[in-house]
Amino acid sequence: MEIVLISLLNGLVYGMLLFMLASGLTLIFSMMGVLNFAHASIYMIGAYLAFTVSRFIGFFPALIIAPILCGLLGAGIEVWGLRRVHQNGHIAELLFTFGLVFIIQRGVQMTWGMLPMAYRVPQILDFPLFTLFGANFPAYRGFMLLISAGMLLGTWLLLKKTRVGLIIQAALTHPQMASSLGHNVPAVFTIVFAGGCLLAGLAGVIGGNYQTTEPGMADAMGPIVFVVVVFGGLGSLAGCFIASIIMGMVQTFAVVIDYSLIDLVKPLGISITADNLLTEILTVPVSRIGALLPFAMMILMLLFRPRGLLGTRDT
Amino acid sequence: MTKRSRRLFYTVAMLGLMLAGRPAFAADTIKIAYIDPFSGPFASGGDEFLKIFKVLFDRENAKGGALGRKFELVPFDDKLQPAEALIALKSVADQNIHFVMQCTGSNVGAALIDAVAKHNARNPDNRIIYLNCGALATELTNENCDFWQFRFAGNVEMRAAARIKSLPASIKKVYLLNQDYLFGQSIQHDTKKWLAKLRPDIQIVGDELMPFGKVQDFSPYIAKIKASGAQSVITGNYNRDLNLLIKAAVDDGLDVRFDTFLGHLIGGPTAIGAAGENRMTSVYEYSGNVPVDLKVPEAEKFDNEWRAKHSTDFSTINFMTMLDMLAQAIDKAGSTDPLKVALALEDMHAKDMVGQENIMRKEDHQLLLPYYVGVFSKDVKYDSEHTGFGWKTIMTASTADETLPTTCKMKRPAS
Repeated sequence: MEIVLISLLNGLVYGMLLFMLASGLTLIFSMMGVLNFAHASIYMIGAYLAFTVSRFIGFFPALIIAPILCGLLGAGIEVWGLRRVHQNGHIAELLFTFGLVFIIQRGVQMTWGMLPMAYRVPQILDFPLFTLFGANFPAYRGFMLLISAGMLLGTWLLLKKTRVGLIIQAALTHPQMASSLGHNVPAVFTIVFAGGCLLAGLAGVIGGNYQTTEPGMADAMGPIVFVVVVFGGLGSLAGCFIASIIMGMVQTFAVVIDYSLIDLVKPLGISITADNLLTEILTVPVSRIGALLPFAMMILMLLFRPRGLLGTRDT
Repeated sequence: MTKRSRRLFYTVAMLGLMLAGRPAFAADTIKIAYIDPFSGPFASGGDEFLKIFKVLFDRENAKGGALGRKFELVPFDDKLQPAEALIALKSVADQNIHFVMQCTGSNVGAALIDAVAKHNARNPDNRIIYLNCGALATELTNENCDFWQFRFAGNVEMRAAARIKSLPASIKKVYLLNQDYLFGQSIQHDTKKWLAKLRPDIQIVGDELMPFGKVQDFSPYIAKIKASGAQSVITGNYNRDLNLLIKAAVDDGLDVRFDTFLGHLIGGPTAIGAAGENRMTSVYEYSGNVPVDLKVPEAEKFDNEWRAKHSTDFSTINFMTMLDMLAQAIDKAGSTDPLKVALALEDMHAKDMVGQENIMRKEDHQLLLPYYVGVFSKDVKYDSEHTGFGWKTIMTASTADETLPTTCKMKRPAS
């Protein structure tokens, strides 16, 4: 029972971190149709910038400055890069962001070096918030939950309840009409892309010291974020949120499950003694393949419900 | 080809030639190829090793090289891919280089052993010696052993023996957590073997393989370790997989030791920092505090010169021993002929920088060397990577302790 409760809490925290990263991607993906491969790279830049800024003026100013810098970087990428390749269709955009991943990776390595940075949780948040069955719940995790919940609420309010959000939605679904009505559609695209990058940068600031800030962090987070976006469904912030939490829970609970496929058939009186081709597959415990589960779930989702959990259109 | 593009082509070709011939040494240097990842996700390791080798080559050349000739380092990038390493080996052979070093990845090491053996069988007049400085899987000097490979690093089993020997008597329950690939499984296997041999009183309360480099959140593992009641986590994890594990444990307030194999790896101390204090131990060939303990001022001086110029630690004393032994073998053989050098290397005894005896065993070409087990502590003369914490040696496994039996049945060349 203890382990279930603790795992629930852990899964929630991890899910929220995933959501912070995925929300920016889903915003860009669903609104502009651009599958931004470089999203996790922006997350990495956010972490590195936060590390550098926090060394001079502390963590909390970095929490504001680093995401803004990432947003500006995103705006630059959109105005000088994406907008030009946009005319050549989605494949060109895809390849463009794919190339960016490598350039950013190398740029980070050349600027900050290849080794992990000593980016730590700020002292003021470095204490146990409460204790559950003898396990500490660090204040920083609580802070992460708070920030990501605030992010969800803020983004949702902005898109659904403000005039700006209305124009963004209009420009993205009916660009010609919005343009005819006098709205600057290219500027709206820039704002959306910059906003998505800002959110990725914010996730980097929070995630960089929760995990480690190193050149491999983009590679580590990239794939799972795509899974979340596809699983949650395009164009749905709520779907993205639910998918993040599910993925967080799945990965957390998979670790504590020591059963394998063979345990499923055991009650039927079937047992495997001989070493055959399937022995490995049948006896491998779930905990060993936990990291694969999200990908398996994405494949199933694509096969049976291509629009994702709460998506409004097919992938 | 138009005139202009032809001119462009020649310019590019000229540039290429100039770059290729850049280390413009006299023709009589002894070239040593170095294959390791310098790009891709594992580039940080190769890059750091390259820095170390540059310093060590300068040191060796200052001592006079071998046969009055200087050594020259020729790096090749393998991206930690066996296929890329074999392409590099091809160009090593084309450039008539007779010595190849490779220090990262047992999968690459296994491929090189095989390829070098085949190459030497087919080209007896242009042979190559493979100097293995870090492909650690035990089988590479057991069932996969080969005459043309010399391993200048302790294998997994030697490390496991030292690792288990260092566990205090108070430890009764351990949890094994390793990465799910060749190296992690090898650690898991040898740890269990030596636990059974040396410490049958210890109970293994958890034995787990986790996906290599894919886990983002270690708190579920911590919950599981806590539930198991383990006093120590014995792990072969390194880099991100170790840093995040220890961080998660500290966040959780879990009070266990982390008895690692590779906690001292470059970058680890920086990433882990205070979280590892007095709870993380590691097994290493050398740390800045070894010369202090053994009272070897010359070695301390070398270390201080390194520390003044680098933000990372010098810990690979075995690389230094490798170059020393190679220079000695070439001198003894009186030529760089690979067969003669290989025969001279066999059964060579040499003192390392801190005066410990190292032996290149003839049966399996495994270097026998002492290992040190240390705890990450403030109570040291020299800290690690300027973190304020350093490796305080708590146990030494001597060369004799590390002389473990081998199953190698080596095929020796006829002539």
